[in-house]
Amino acid sequence: MTTDQPTVVELRRGAYHDSVSLMQVSRAVAGTEGITSAQVAMATELNVEVLTGMGFAVPDGAAANDLVVALRGDSDEAIQAGLAAVEVELAALRAGSRGGGGMGEAPPPRTVGSAARAADATLALISVPGQHAVTETYDAIAAGLSVMLFSDNVSVEDEIRLKDAARGADVIVMGPDCGTALVRGVALGFANVVREGSVGLVAASGTGAQQVMCLLDAAGVGVSHCIGVGGRDLKSAVGGRSTRQALAALADDPQTTSVIVVSKPPDDTVLAEIRSYADDLGLDVHWAILGEGRPDLTAAVESALGSLGASVPTWPVHVAEPDPEGLTRGAGLRGLFCGGTLADEAMIVAAELLSEPIRSNIAHDAALHVGGHERVAGHLVVDFGDDEMTQGRAHPMIDPSLRMERIAAEAADASCGVLLLDLVLGHGAHPVPALELADAIRDARVTAHESGRALPVVVSLTGTDDDPQGYARTAEVLAGAGASIFLSNAAAARHAVAQLEGNAS
Amino acid sequence: MTSPLRGLLGTDPVVATAGVGLFADALRDQAVAVSEADWQPPMEGTETDLARVMGDPRRVEANATAVARMTASTATLVDVVPAGEALGLEKGSFLHAGPPLTWDRASGPMQGALIGAVLFEGLADTAEEAERQLASGVYEFEPCHHRDAVGPMAGVVSPSMWMYELRDEVHDNTSWCSLNEGLGKVLRYGAYNEEVITRLHWMTDVLGPLLRQAVRSVGSIDITAIIAQMLQMGDEGHNRNRAGSLMLLRELLPGLVTAEGSSSDIAEAVRFSGANEHFFLNLGMPAAKLATLAAHGIPGSTIVTTMARNGTDFGIRVSGTGDEWFTGPALTPEGLFLGDFGPEDANPDIGDSAITETGGIGGFAMAAAPAIVKFVGGDVPFALEATQRMYEITEAEHPVYQVPILEFRGTPTGIDVTKVARTGILPQINTGMAGAVAGTGQVGAGLVTPPAECFPAALASLARAVD
Repeated sequence: MTTDQPTVVELRRGAYHDSVSLMQVSRAVAGTEGITSAQVAMATELNVEVLTGMGFAVPDGAAANDLVVALRGDSDEAIQAGLAAVEVELAALRAGSRGGGGMGEAPPPRTVGSAARAADATLALISVPGQHAVTETYDAIAAGLSVMLFSDNVSVEDEIRLKDAARGADVIVMGPDCGTALVRGVALGFANVVREGSVGLVAASGTGAQQVMCLLDAAGVGVSHCIGVGGRDLKSAVGGRSTRQALAALADDPQTTSVIVVSKPPDDTVLAEIRSYADDLGLDVHWAILGEGRPDLTAAVESALGSLGASVPTWPVHVAEPDPEGLTRGAGLRGLFCGGTLADEAMIVAAELLSEPIRSNIAHDAALHVGGHERVAGHLVVDFGDDEMTQGRAHPMIDPSLRMERIAAEAADASCGVLLLDLVLGHGAHPVPALELADAIRDARVTAHESGRALPVVVSLTGTDDDPQGYARTAEVLAGAGASIFLSNAAAARHAVAQLEGNAS
Repeated sequence: MTSPLRGLLGTDPVVATAGVGLFADALRDQAVAVSEADWQPPMEGTETDLARVMGDPRRVEANATAVARMTASTATLVDVVPAGEALGLEKGSFLHAGPPLTWDRASGPMQGALIGAVLFEGLADTAEEAERQLASGVYEFEPCHHRDAVGPMAGVVSPSMWMYELRDEVHDNTSWCSLNEGLGKVLRYGAYNEEVITRLHWMTDVLGPLLRQAVRSVGSIDITAIIAQMLQMGDEGHNRNRAGSLMLLRELLPGLVTAEGSSSDIAEAVRFSGANEHFFLNLGMPAAKLATLAAHGIPGSTIVTTMARNGTDFGIRVSGTGDEWFTGPALTPEGLFLGDFGPEDANPDIGDSAITETGGIGGFAMAAAPAIVKFVGGDVPFALEATQRMYEITEAEHPVYQVPILEFRGTPTGIDVTKVARTGILPQINTGMAGAVAGTGQVGAGLVTPPAECFPAALASLARAVD
């Protein structure tokens, strides 16, 4: 039992760092010789749970603004070395955020407004924890900046007020919970490196926009801008506030000749209003709108390509060797996603092919809703990027650990018949995601095979060859682990369903 | 026609970031200009009020108006008058520094100064009698700020004391401050022995009338102009007033030397004024009061218009919340001590002089006064950093008050409650320290901040006022 080893838990009040930076610190410290377990994190409810789960006793009274340093090692010397490593890593974080010391050097800006004034910024990228995001966004709007608002856990009332304030200042709020934007070739948040072109995107969906961008790129069609608007923009409460501003801006942009609007399932009335607004602008608009009975994103892109005069290519596919004969097969589809729209689309596509319902933490039908951490015997799609799953921790495209654990758990579950996973490449995402995911896939398949079960794994891989991680390189590593790979998320979902007993085509 | 979204799609983005450092790094990897905020969570429990106040549609314009008025205000010394006449202060009424206070909660120097003022007004023959009267509640006392006046340290004003009268003609405001008694055993530090009372009588009988003649004969004296100059001569206007005092004396001398009075009285008045390094403080304070008064009472504005201490409580008032005080226990300054005095001898923070910081000088102009950084416990880079840090919590840079070493950047002016709550950076105040025991006098000087709780309390009140 590892808990016999020397352990230290320190609480540092008011020493804030963002969850991503701390994850990097934890990783670096865990690499110290003799350290068997290391977690450096803010004492959020979720992190305290994680720490407790790791066998660390977090002192009472630890609050979300306190830093916890928890180490376990094989000796006291190792603990000391680990603590020293923590200091080095934290000091490096501080050094990275400061302009430097010395006579006359200004202290670093502390608010987004101050940072904007220091550099005459034109755009703000806000990714502070959700409960603080509204304040920073108002500050940016007051400074005359459009805002890419990555933060989630912002209420719909606040979203409406922010968007109204932004419109009043002739700026736009891209978000909240906006993962992707591209402005004049600059990727904000998660975005792929795609060729420059004349198609503008308006996206009420981050990974949906990335999927569309990458499909266009594979078809040789380039993108001018991608303006994110937040996943709720086309819901009735928000009423397309940012979408209208985005369409008007693209209509005015000389580089943009046609537009694709990408959205999670919208409100029909709002969508109709937006359609008529776009008509009034005289824009050539195509629609990639998710929903039952609507074309999937791939079909929507194919249709847009037709009217843009581009031909539809054969989308990149790699189909894995089938599992050996004689293995049993579970009946359940298990879709474990980092991308919300990709999860949504997979759920919609698969539901049309499956007779049993799909449960999900993002189910449209309340009766099918389950918590993200809940396990079920039937079909299941989990969005690990949903608000509930990201409170107090980084987005799974940055910190995939929750999903990694879940892949292992599902692999050991006899009712799991196929694993459907997504992997999204590009700026902002994990720099080398393939190795870790390939290991998890390989381990999952070994686990299943050892208990006499087949476990096909299907990966929906959104990316381009120009992405820092490289589509082809990534696909090769995943294929080596025995996974099937699809650029088209809808095709991946169909292939996954086909792997289930009774659905084999 | 300008393109939509302020031309967002037509210009290469320059991005300000707050939050996940990885996104800033990803932008740098794309060779995009990035300005990264060193973002920290706000003061505990303020996020809901912050979001509400930040979203107040009146806020941006109200704050712009507040600082525009603050920095456009003028301060001209127009007269020197007895407090009874200037403020309508009745016999038996006293003003004091800081937020409202009762006798039983008053600290040593505040009680000492009130005792001294009672003796000076001839209302009691002994200190014991004065103390009994004060404790029995027969006298009225209220904050100087409630009469648009300010007083250093204990700030006790009684009807017979003489006051400088300053005018802001732009906003038609008047402010007053008592005459400075010099250093050492003085009433404002809570001393009330015979030497102190005798000096107060001389100031009332001789100095006040002579200064009145001097001011009336030279016409008016532009105090804001002196402040602008003294900042370029090594003063910060709170703990260092040397250059300002000399310039003030230069302005007054022609009037003083030609005043009607005995040559020995005039000589003593000139010597007394010239010997006092803080002669100017009592003009700088009401000038700052006029600036903040001009910014006061603007609905929706989150700009601080008063910071004041009574030796027990520290209180702030905010433009958008009118005359409501937000208080917390006054902290004890940290710094250097005179003679054998030490930290245990110091009283908690006291005086209306933090009005200088509220108006954008004093600790906020620390970088202008490298000569006193040791005295207030720091080195020169510390002074530069202190002033620059204050830009993070202020709305504007003063157009006239400038800091040469910061390439004549305007001083940070107009403390914004939301920025204090967001950054946790507290206003930096340079101050003198009074002895905790009544009658001790000054024991040192140093640095202090308001207690943090004033700001969330003010923010909550601002949030309640949002529709």
